[in-house]
Amino acid sequence: MAREFDVERVRKDFPILSKAMRQGASLKYLDSGATSQKPIQVLDAERRFYTESNAAVHRGSHLLAEEASEAFESSRQIVASFIGAAEDEVIFTKSATESLNIIAYGFGNPDSGSLCLKPGDKVVVTEMEHHANLIPWQQLCKRTGATLAWLSVTDEGRLDLSHLNEIIDSSTKVVAITHQSNVLGTINPLDPIVARAHEVGAVVVLDACQSVPHMAIDVRELKVDFLAFSGHKALGPTGIGILWGRAELLDEMEPSLFGGSMIESVTMETATWAKAPRKFEAGVPNMAQAVGLAAAINYMSDLGMAAIHAHELALTTYALDALNGIDGLNIIGPNSMDSRGGTISFTIDGIHPHDVGQVLDQDGIAVRTGHHCAWPLMRRFGVSGTTRASFHLYNTMDEIDALAAGIKSAQKFFKVD
Amino acid sequence: MELESLYQEVILDHYKNPHNKGLAPEKDIQVHHVNPSCGDEITLNLTLRNGDVSSVTWDGVGCSISQASSSIMSELVTGKPVAQAMQTLENFSELMASKGTQSGDEEVLEDAVALAGVSKFPARVKCALLGWMAFKDAVVQVNGREEDQT
Repeated sequence: MAREFDVERVRKDFPILSKAMRQGASLKYLDSGATSQKPIQVLDAERRFYTESNAAVHRGSHLLAEEASEAFESSRQIVASFIGAAEDEVIFTKSATESLNIIAYGFGNPDSGSLCLKPGDKVVVTEMEHHANLIPWQQLCKRTGATLAWLSVTDEGRLDLSHLNEIIDSSTKVVAITHQSNVLGTINPLDPIVARAHEVGAVVVLDACQSVPHMAIDVRELKVDFLAFSGHKALGPTGIGILWGRAELLDEMEPSLFGGSMIESVTMETATWAKAPRKFEAGVPNMAQAVGLAAAINYMSDLGMAAIHAHELALTTYALDALNGIDGLNIIGPNSMDSRGGTISFTIDGIHPHDVGQVLDQDGIAVRTGHHCAWPLMRRFGVSGTTRASFHLYNTMDEIDALAAGIKSAQKFFKVD
Repeated sequence: MELESLYQEVILDHYKNPHNKGLAPEKDIQVHHVNPSCGDEITLNLTLRNGDVSSVTWDGVGCSISQASSSIMSELVTGKPVAQAMQTLENFSELMASKGTQSGDEEVLEDAVALAGVSKFPARVKCALLGWMAFKDAVVQVNGREEDQT
C-alpha cells in the first residue's frame, strides 16, 4: 500500500543530494530526464551482489553461480511484473538505445521472416523523437529500401494527428513513438495511434524512457508491441536497459548480437538460437546492474507509482506557474497540465540556453541545456536549443523557487530583465 | 565570484555587439561548423590576399562565449599574415587547454585573454573554440586548394 508521499524522507535515501556544489551551494538536481539519481538501496543491492553472489549467470556448477542466476532471474521477474509483462518477454540490454537498435536490426534481417522490411514498406516515427528512436529507423530504411515518414508536432508541442490515417497507411510496418517527450514533457495519446497502426497491421514500438520511471505502466493496457526503457533514468544503475516485446514477435525476430548464452546448439558450420529472452542476451549480462534496477523498481513500487506521479504532477503545476510569471521566458511545449509530465523546456529572450545553465550552475541548480538529442524538434521550433528542467520523486517546490530565482538573476546578469 | 571571471565585461560587449558578424559576399571559401553537443553553428567566410588574412566574416547561433570568441577571433586574425594568425590560434588553443592555470599573453591574444576563465569550465571550452576551429579549417582548405592547383 502506498503511504502518504514524504519527499523529505525520500531525499534522505539519495546521498548525492547533500553534495556541496560550487561555492558551497546546495544541489538542486533538475536533470532527471538525462539521468536520475540513485537511492542507497540501489547502491547497496549492487554492492551486495558483488560481495555475496558474484558469478557468471547461467553457467557454472557452484553455489555462487546458482545465487547469481537466481538474483538475475528474480530481477527479470520484478521488471516483468512492474510493467505487466510475462517474464520471458523481458530482455536485459545495456541501454534503451541498444533495445531500440535490436528491434531495428531485427526488422532488417531477412531471417526475421514476415517482420523483415522491404522496399515499399514504411516506418512511421514522430518529429519529437529522441535520436535513439529516430536514427535506428533512418538506418533501417536505408538498409531495406523502406521509407521513413513522421507525425509532425503542433506549435503547442502535441502530435498532429489530423493526417494520422494517411501517414500510417497500409504500407506501414512499424510505428515507433515516444510515450513522453524528453524535451516537451508531452504525453502522447497512444490509443488512436496504436489502434490505427494495428488496423493496418503495423507493430508499435514505444520508447518509454521518460514514462516508466514516473508513472504506472502496463504493456497489455497500452496495447503496444515493443517497449524500451533505460535503468539509469529509473533510479537504477547505468549499463542496464530493458527491451520488452510480445512473445510471438520475439519468437519471430532474429537477434543481432551473437555469442555465448544465446544459443541452443552450435556446430563448426552453424548454430541455432535459444528462446527469448536468452536469444537476445549474448555474453555475460550486466548482472549487478540488473539487480540494481530491480532494487530501484522495488523502491519505487514501495512508494507507489501513483504517489510518485502525483508528486511530480504537483511539482510541474507549481513550476509552470512559477516560470510563466517570468517576463521573457517562453515555454516550449504544453503550457497546461493536460497530458504532460514533469519535463519543462523553455527559452529566455536574449540569453542562450548554455549561458542560462551556467548561471544556474553557480547556484547549484543542475539543468540540461542544448538540443536534448532531439535536433529535428529544435529545428521545428526554430531554436538552437532550450533549457530543460526535469523532475523526479526527490524534487521539491523549494528547488523550483530556486530555479525561478536563478533565471531572474541570469536575466539581470545578462541585462535582459 | 566565478561567474564574473567567466563572463568578463569584454565578453559581454562582444556578445552584444559582435564584430564582423554578417557574411561578406566575396570570399575565397566558406566553411560551416557545428558543436554537436549543444547544436551551436557557425558559418565563416575567409578571404586571403598575398599571404595575409584580408577578411573574416561569420554568422551563426551560439552562446555568449562562442559568439564573443568568434567576434574576438575575427578581429585578431584580420590583417595578419596567415602564419602569424595560425600562431595566434595555437596560443589561444593552448590557453583553452590550460584548465585555469594560464592567463594568456595579452601581447598576442589581446581581447581574447578575457576568455581565459573559460578554461576552468571544460564543458565551455568547445564553445570558445568553435569560431577558431572554423577559421583554421577555412585556412587549411584554401591552402589545400592552392596546392592542388600548383
